[in-house]
Amino acid sequence: MAVLLLAEVNAGELALDATAKAVSAAKSLGDVTVLAAGASAAAAGEAAAKIDGVAKVLVAEDESLGHRLAEPTAALIASLAGDYSHIVAPATTDAKNILPRVAALLDVMVISDVTAVVDADTFERPIYAGNAIQVVKSADAKKVISFRTSTFDAAGEGGSASVDTISAADNPGLSSWVEDKLATSDRPELTSAGVVVSGGRGVGSEEDFKIIEALADKLGAAVGASRAAVDSGFAPNDWQVGQTGKVVAPELYIAVGISGAIQHLAGMKDSKIIVAINKDEEAPIFQVADYGLVADLFQAVPELTEKLG
Amino acid sequence: MKVLVPVKRVIDYNVKVRVKADGSGVDLANVKMSMNPFDEIAVEEAIRLKEAGKADEVVAVSIGVKQAQETLRTALAMGADRAILVVAADDVHQDIEPLAVAKILAKVVEEEQPGLVLAGKQAIDNDMNATGQMLSALLGWSQATFASEVDIDGDNAKVTREVDGGLQTISVKMPTIVTVDLRLNEPRYASLPNIMKAKKKPLDEKTAADYGVDVTPRLTVVETKEPEARSAGIIVGSVDELVTKLKEAGAV
Repeated sequence: MAVLLLAEVNAGELALDATAKAVSAAKSLGDVTVLAAGASAAAAGEAAAKIDGVAKVLVAEDESLGHRLAEPTAALIASLAGDYSHIVAPATTDAKNILPRVAALLDVMVISDVTAVVDADTFERPIYAGNAIQVVKSADAKKVISFRTSTFDAAGEGGSASVDTISAADNPGLSSWVEDKLATSDRPELTSAGVVVSGGRGVGSEEDFKIIEALADKLGAAVGASRAAVDSGFAPNDWQVGQTGKVVAPELYIAVGISGAIQHLAGMKDSKIIVAINKDEEAPIFQVADYGLVADLFQAVPELTEKLG
Repeated sequence: MKVLVPVKRVIDYNVKVRVKADGSGVDLANVKMSMNPFDEIAVEEAIRLKEAGKADEVVAVSIGVKQAQETLRTALAMGADRAILVVAADDVHQDIEPLAVAKILAKVVEEEQPGLVLAGKQAIDNDMNATGQMLSALLGWSQATFASEVDIDGDNAKVTREVDGGLQTISVKMPTIVTVDLRLNEPRYASLPNIMKAKKKPLDEKTAADYGVDVTPRLTVVETKEPEARSAGIIVGSVDELVTKLKEAGAV
C-alpha cells in the first residue's frame, strides 16, 4: 500500500508542523509520498524530503497551483491517484477545500478530521462537535482522509527522500485568486504553539484584548479566542478556537473570560494543562480546567502577566 | 437567476448529544431537530440575493427522512419560493453520506438548472464538511468554500473565504457552488404570517430512486462512543497560587 500526502504549502513555504504531523498519522498506512504543489514548491519539497518517514517527494510547480485553488489542485491529485491506496492531508482549510473534491472525482467518500488510525480501512473521527467519537470502516478502494493534526505528534527530521518534479494537470480555469488578507504576526502559529492564551466574551472589547495579548507575549504564546469573542468583533476570525474554528492541543491553554461552550471545548480539550480564569464560578470551563481561578480577569490577567517569567 | 439551497435536518444546536449505550450511534429519537445552522445562513443569503434583485427564485432541497419536510417548511417560511424533498431514508438514525447527497443534488441541478448553489459549509451532525465540494466536482463547476462575503457580478462571483491564516478572496466563474461560513450573515427569524404562508408554498416529494442514485453508505459505522472525559482539577485561591502550581507542573 502507498500513501499520497498533500503537503501544506503556503506561499512556497512548507508548513512543517502540520505536514510532519500528517506524516506520522499516515506512516502505518504504507510508504508515504509527499506532494508539494504550488506556484513555487521546490523549497517546500526539499523541506518535506527531510521529514522522517517520507519515502518520496513529488514537486508540482505551476501558476495554476498557486493560492491552492481547489479545481486545479484536485485535478492534479486525482490524476496521480492510480498509484496510491490512501490520499491524505493535514486537516487545514486548504485540505478541507480540496480533498472532498478529489474524493468525488474518484467516486469515494472522504473521511474528514481523522483522530486515530485503527487499521488501513478503519478510522476514528469526532462527530457532533466532538460530543461523540465514531469509528468508521471504509468500503472504498481508495481512502481520502484528512488528519486532525492536534492529535498526532510531528514526525522528526533526518530523512532524505528523493525529490521528483512532475507537471500540473490541465487547469480547468474556473476560478482565480484575487487577494489574501492574512494576519502577520511574530507570535507562534495557533495550531502548533506550545502555549495558547485565549479570550472570550468576558474580555469585553477589542481594546481590552490587549491584556490577553500581553500575557501571551510574556509566555511566547499564540493568541486564541472563543466564537463569542470573534462574533462580537473583539478578535479576528483566524484566532477562533473551537469546532468551527481551529482545534488546538498545546502544553498549556489559558482560557480567560471564556464560559466553556461545548463548541469551544471541542477545540481545546485535548490540551495538556488547562487554566481557566473567569469571574463566574459556575462557568462550565471549570469542569475541564486543571487550575481554575475565580476572579475578575481585568485584575488577575495583568497580575499574572507581571508575576510570570 | 435561480438559487438552489440544500438544507439538512439535524439535531438542534442547543440539544445535548447523547451516545446510545449500545454504541450504535447518537440517540435521535424524540430529540428536537432543526435546520443545520450553516444551512440557515445559506437560505438567508439566497433570500437576500432575491431581495437585491440578483436572484429571481430560491429553491430549497432536503435529502433524508420524510420529516425533513419540516426543515423545508422553515426554509419556505424564511422566504424560499418552493421546496423539493428527496426521501432517501426511513430511519431518523440513518445519515445519508455527502457523496450520495452530492449525487442526488447533481441530478436536481440538472433538472432545475440553477445559476448558483448556496450550501452550508458543514452539517453539525457528521461534521464532514464535504457535500458542496463533492457536488462541485460532480458537476465540473467552480467552488468557493467557507464564504464570509459573496458578491455576484454577472458571469463571475467574488467570494471572500475564511482560511487558516485569515481571509482569501477568489473570483469564480458562474454557475458556481458557494459553501457558507458563520460570519456571512445573521439569518432572520420567520414571522408567524410567513410561517402560515409557507404551508401553502409548493413542496415536491421525490425519492432517491427517482434520481437513480444508490445511497448505500461507503463508510460503515463500527462504533459510536463517548469522548474521553476530562476531569476537573482544582480551584486556586489567588494569582500567586496559580503561578506556583504552574511552576510546579513545569508548565511555565
